[in-house]
Amino acid sequence: MAADTQTPVLRFDHVSVAFDDTPALIDVSFQAYKGESRVITGATGSGKTVLLKTALGLQRPDSGTVYVFGKDISRMRERELFEIRSKMGMLFQESALFDSLNVEENVSYPLLNQLSIHCPPDEVLPRVEQALKFVDLEGILEKFPSELSGGMRRRAAIARAVVTQPPLLLYDSPTAGLDPITANTIVALIVKERDLNKTTTLIVTYRYQDGNLVANFRYNPDNGGLVPAANHGGLAPRTLFMVLREGRLVFEGPQTELEASQDPYISKFVKQRG
Amino acid sequence: MFDFLKEPFIAIQEFYLLTGRALRNVVARPHYGDDILAQMDLIGVGSLPIVILTGLFAGAVMALQMSRALQQYGQVDQTGTLVSISLVRELGPVLTALMMAGRNSSGIASELGSMKVTEQIDAMRALGTDPIQKLVTPRMVATAVMLPLLTILSDFIGMFGGWFVSRFFLDLPSRQYWSSVWRVLEWNDITQGLLKPFVFAFIISLVGCYYGLRTSGGTQGVGRATTQSMVAASVIILVVDFFLGKIFVSQGGS
Repeated sequence: MAADTQTPVLRFDHVSVAFDDTPALIDVSFQAYKGESRVITGATGSGKTVLLKTALGLQRPDSGTVYVFGKDISRMRERELFEIRSKMGMLFQESALFDSLNVEENVSYPLLNQLSIHCPPDEVLPRVEQALKFVDLEGILEKFPSELSGGMRRRAAIARAVVTQPPLLLYDSPTAGLDPITANTIVALIVKERDLNKTTTLIVTYRYQDGNLVANFRYNPDNGGLVPAANHGGLAPRTLFMVLREGRLVFEGPQTELEASQDPYISKFVKQRG
Repeated sequence: MFDFLKEPFIAIQEFYLLTGRALRNVVARPHYGDDILAQMDLIGVGSLPIVILTGLFAGAVMALQMSRALQQYGQVDQTGTLVSISLVRELGPVLTALMMAGRNSSGIASELGSMKVTEQIDAMRALGTDPIQKLVTPRMVATAVMLPLLTILSDFIGMFGGWFVSRFFLDLPSRQYWSSVWRVLEWNDITQGLLKPFVFAFIISLVGCYYGLRTSGGTQGVGRATTQSMVAASVIILVVDFFLGKIFVSQGGS
């Protein structure tokens, strides 16, 4: 495969992470290439969030190595990590917007604080507005996160993650705690970001529908919605599914293999297809 | 065998690491001047009412109680001396610091604790800022600047409280009270009275930050961190106060 000759955007090499004596990730290895989508699923406490945090260098592996854009980040110092992190966007589970800052300050935060992003001061506001427009949130610059609904908070957080246009995006449970309609609009935004900016995307989710949308649909710029990729010339970008169980990577492969799996734990996450 | 010692030792080590990083960041770039000013306003100006009230009544109570002891020696006119020394050397710094511990250590711990449990601290790191640089150092610098100033204020207000009692309850002439307040003070008292709040400022801010940043376990954890930080800061202040007092007394000077 052509992609194999490139450097993987994200590579885990026998990574283990433990908190005190409780293992959170055990010997996880995988490689994600440019433009790929990864849907990571698994039960609560199976290490999905830890995996994303390890990829971002927020959590150091106890053993093994993490490579981001070909660079070993597992032994990097925090200051060097800032450089790498400016090429990654992360959506945290509960949005993690800064309570003390309003939406404008939240979204402009990475532009102003990431040292390797030299954003001229007069370009900050236009870029913030552009990012908010991308997530269909306009005219709420002055609002504080506590004044927003759950779905709006999630969208503002996506705006903050994509405002620097990073080539690698990590989404931690983007649809958790949202109603099905809002959840679908959030996934649509993720697909839109992926298809317009050709980003490598990792999505942690326990909703199989989310993975299904990501794997089989693509953004339609004509009407701003999602369309089945198969009907519209070609496939959606390569999407692989990963299933974690108690810190171990028990499945990695395309959707067809996932659906064909006989493993009771794995098929539990497929059953709910709607 | 000594497993029970592991936790306190790790805690002390982590606290020292935090202190070291926070201090190093005072000179390291980038500087967050706006955050320092905002914290000065929050920690310093925000604490004015509580500092004024405690100072006033501490001074008044000192005058009231000391006059009772001085009466036995027929020295009630020396009330100002006692009020002045005890305020400047001891009560001003310690009471102000304890009030600040109650108000600000716990405030800092709950703020940083909530940020920790909602992943805002992680988000901060993910978005390219060092939380110690952005959150801890500004709070430490702001407290270190504001606490000595608040202590000076508290000392003066306390003296005023002492004057009120001396003048209206003990019938001492104002001039006598103020001259005894002024004459008894030596440089040693002043240095001690200003060095203490400077040291306490680090305890108040860093203990608050330490407990805030190591918060875990959701909102319940935030509550626990808040309480623990206040208790720890108060106890450490009183212990350190004793040793500082001991050093100054043994170095001579009244």
